[in-house]
This record gives sequence, structure tokens and C-alpha cells, in this order.
Amino acid sequence: MEQVFFFYFAIVIAAAAVLVVAVRNPIYSALSLLIMFFHVAGLYVTLHAEFLAAVQIIVYAGAILVLYLFVVMLLNLRRDDRYHRQWPMAAAVGVTLVIEAIVLTAMKGWTAPVVAAGTETTVGGAGNAEAIGDVLYTTYLFPFEVASVILLVAMIGAIILAKKDVGGNAPQL
Amino acid sequence: MTEISLRLAVSFAQILAEMSIVMVTVATMTYFERKILGWMQDRMGPMEVGPYGLLQPVADGIKLFFKEDIIPAGANRAMFKLAPVLTMVIAMIGFAVIPFGPDVTMDMFGMTIKPFVVADINIGVLYILAIASIGAYGIILGGWASNSKYSLLGGLRSAAQVISYELNVGLAIVGVLLLAGTLSLVQITEAQAGGFWHWFIWGGRPDGFFPIHTQIFAFVVFVISAVAETNRIPFDLPEAESELVAGFFTEYSGMRFAFYVTAEYANMLLVSCVAASLFLGGWNAPYPGTILEYIGLEQLAWIEHIVWFTGKVYFFLFLFIWLRATLPRLRYDQLMRFGWKVMLPIALANIVITALTLYFFPR
Repeated sequence: MEQVFFFYFAIVIAAAAVLVVAVRNPIYSALSLLIMFFHVAGLYVTLHAEFLAAVQIIVYAGAILVLYLFVVMLLNLRRDDRYHRQWPMAAAVGVTLVIEAIVLTAMKGWTAPVVAAGTETTVGGAGNAEAIGDVLYTTYLFPFEVASVILLVAMIGAIILAKKDVGGNAPQL
Repeated sequence: MTEISLRLAVSFAQILAEMSIVMVTVATMTYFERKILGWMQDRMGPMEVGPYGLLQPVADGIKLFFKEDIIPAGANRAMFKLAPVLTMVIAMIGFAVIPFGPDVTMDMFGMTIKPFVVADINIGVLYILAIASIGAYGIILGGWASNSKYSLLGGLRSAAQVISYELNVGLAIVGVLLLAGTLSLVQITEAQAGGFWHWFIWGGRPDGFFPIHTQIFAFVVFVISAVAETNRIPFDLPEAESELVAGFFTEYSGMRFAFYVTAEYANMLLVSCVAASLFLGGWNAPYPGTILEYIGLEQLAWIEHIVWFTGKVYFFLFLFIWLRATLPRLRYDQLMRFGWKVMLPIALANIVITALTLYFFPR
């Protein structure tokens, strides 16, 4: 049963991800991305990470993609052929990734799979919002704070960019 | 395999019951809205169909069902058809985590069933927030697919409005989550049992009466933001009829139009249920226990619980109509300034203050 769901989610994610870059109409691209986000959230649910699934929907599907759609509609792009000069670069990156995947799959034969100790019991038992909070504010406190600072910098940057034209003179930095 | 199919059958039965309740309430709401608006404006409201116009919702339903379904020539047909369905589905699935009655379990066919909540999941509040945040898609797509300037403007306004106000809804809830220590709506409601001074709007500690953890500011922010998120007057910029005809559903007719209207009422019902569960104690009576329990009818106590929940939800629904009869529409820049410069700071300050009081006076 779990395998059926996994393969359903995996196939739809792959197909939707291809559609995102293959479709010409940017609105359809954004909708494919929406379908992909939902199936990734479904994958999280099958892994008993309900908190991550809900956050995935709230942040990506609910906020970021709505903004994408907003911008796409404001610009009213019908077709866009600008990106088709990127084929050589895309091919190079793609080939590298495929080789990496093949090498990793081949290596998996002679390295024993590492079993993550007790993830199921600790996370599933205490409610995984609590578990994530525990880990985030103790073990991973430093990366968490670094991420906060980066977001703060981005916020200040956005404010400065948006405020530039008020009164006709740029801020003195 | 039989156990899975049995479980599925029970779930489907619960979903069917819940959706019937929601649809009946939506029909009742359309009647009440017109009646109450009529009374507030010193007129009769619907009086023609049935006694006191009671059958008006049925007549409206039949009329919309038989109307011609028009798709404008320049519209994107697939998206135009998809958008109302999307809106309707998203409005309906939110009710899955709402506890309508007490957290009792029944043993039936060899498995335990919770009769008053379809899915008691441990991230109920986050699920509601997720549903609310994707509610904008139906409106944006409908506005875009209609290929009309009014629809597009309505859709764009809706996108900006939903993004601005869903943040306030989320932040207003955080105070309640701090107090309850859980994300499950069932457990949040249970934490408020034992009298109205334990409701989170009052915020007394479990052993006291003094409102040390009061969430009244969060409550006000939540209700105002909820009105904005459901596109109701005075925040109905996406469908402002005096400037945009009907906003994002200008081009819709017949059942697709009915879908949008139904979804709007269902969203009102959903935020009313959430507000009642989070701040007003959900199905808990404003006094400890229940009257039916005191006079020895413990088996029937759930009726009293459901009556209280219904009463609280209808209070909020009345509030929506009351606001509509009272307030004029905001201008667009007023809406944005109010959301970001008034609501957001209040919600943030509430989180800090709640966290501090909780640290010094733990529950």
C-alpha cells in the first residue's frame, strides 16, 4: 500500500516538474508547480512528517506561488522564448547530475545503508511539531540563527529598493 | 482489505453528513442574510416564496441550476471551468478537522470512531491555515481565465489581500497555540473546558479566574482578518460591485456562479467554526460541565455541547451580516495600511506578551 502511494507521488512529482519547464504558457507552468508542491506534501505525509507537509503547503503553495501568479498576470506574458538559448548550459548540468546519480546508485551496492536511529518512534510519538522545535532550538540553533539573519538582510534590502524613489533621491549609504 | 474498506465507508459517511450540514447551513445563511439585512434597513426581506419567504433558498437554488452556462468567447475554457470547482472544493475540505461536539469515541464494527470530528489530526490548526492560504487560487484563476478587465482586477486584488491578511490570521493564532501547547483543534477545545473564564478569550489559568493570559487582542485581530480573508464587506475589494461590477466572478453565470457564492458562505462558516473553537471554547458550555449531566442524563450531554457550538458559530455569522449592514467599503490603500501597520504590530505584540506572561506565570 505504501509503495503504491510512493510511486504515485513520485511519478506525478517527476511529470509535473518536467511540465513546469516544458509548457509554454507561464500560467500553466505555475499550476504544474502547484500540483508538484501538493504531491511533495503528500510524500511528507507518507513519511509521517505532517508538520513539514502543512508548512510546505502554507509557504510554497499558499504564499510564494500566489506571488508568482500575481506577477505573471501583471506582466501578462503570453509566450516566452527568451530561455531557449540556455540549452547547452542545461544539458551540461543535466548530464553531470545523471552521471552523479548513476555513480551513487552503483556505489550503494557495497556500502551498508545507514539506518536513522529511532526517527519513527521519537518523531511520531511526541508530535512532530514538538520534535522539530526541540531539534531546531538546540542542535541546529546556529544554522537557524544564520538563516534568520539572511532573511533579515533580504527584508532590509527589499525595503531599501522599494523606498528608493520616495522624494526623488536615493538613500545615502 | 475489509478493514480498510470498512474504514473508508465510515469516513465517507462522516464526510457526507458533514457536507450536508454545511450545505444546509449555507442555504440557511443566504436566507438569514437577506432577512437580517432587510430588518436592519427597515424593510421586509424575502416574503414571496413560502411563509415569510422561508423557501427562498430553494427557489434560488433551482433558478441558478437552470440558468444558461455561459463561457465568454475570449476566455481560457479549461481554467474558466476549473476555477469555481477549485474554490468550492477548497472551501469544503477545511471542515474535516473541526470538532462539532465532545471528544467521545464510539466502538462500531470493531473499530473506534469519533462521531463529531471527521479527522482528528495532530496539525489541525496548520491544516486550516494551509486550506485558507490556497483559497486564493480559485479566485485568481477565475479572474484571469475570464479574460475581462474587471475580473482580472478583482483576482489581483484578492491575491494581494489574502496574502496580507492570512499572515495576521496565522500570527493571531500563535497566542492560543502557546496557551494550549498543541496544534490539534480537539485538544485546544478541551483545554478550555470548565467555564467561560477558561476560554482563551478570557484566559484564566486552569486553577484561577484572573485573566492573566487573555487573548482578547488576538481575538479581535483574528475576527477582523477573517472578515478580510473571506472577502466580506467592508473588505470586499475583490468583488466591489460599485467599481468592478462583480469582481472576479463578473463573467460567471448559472451553477459556476452559485459555486463561488456557496464557497464564500462556506468560508464564512469555516472561519466562524475556527474562531469559536480557538477563542470561545468550542463546544464547551460557559459554565463547568453541562446541565443535562447534573440532572442525570449523561448520555445526552453531547446535545448540549453541540447546541453551544452552534450558538457560538451563529453569533459569528450574525456578526458578518451585522458588519455588512453597518460599514462602508475601505479604499484599497486603507486596506493595505490597516493590515500591515495596525493588525500586524498588534498580533506580534500579543505573541511577545503572551510568551512573557506564560514564562512568569506558567499554566
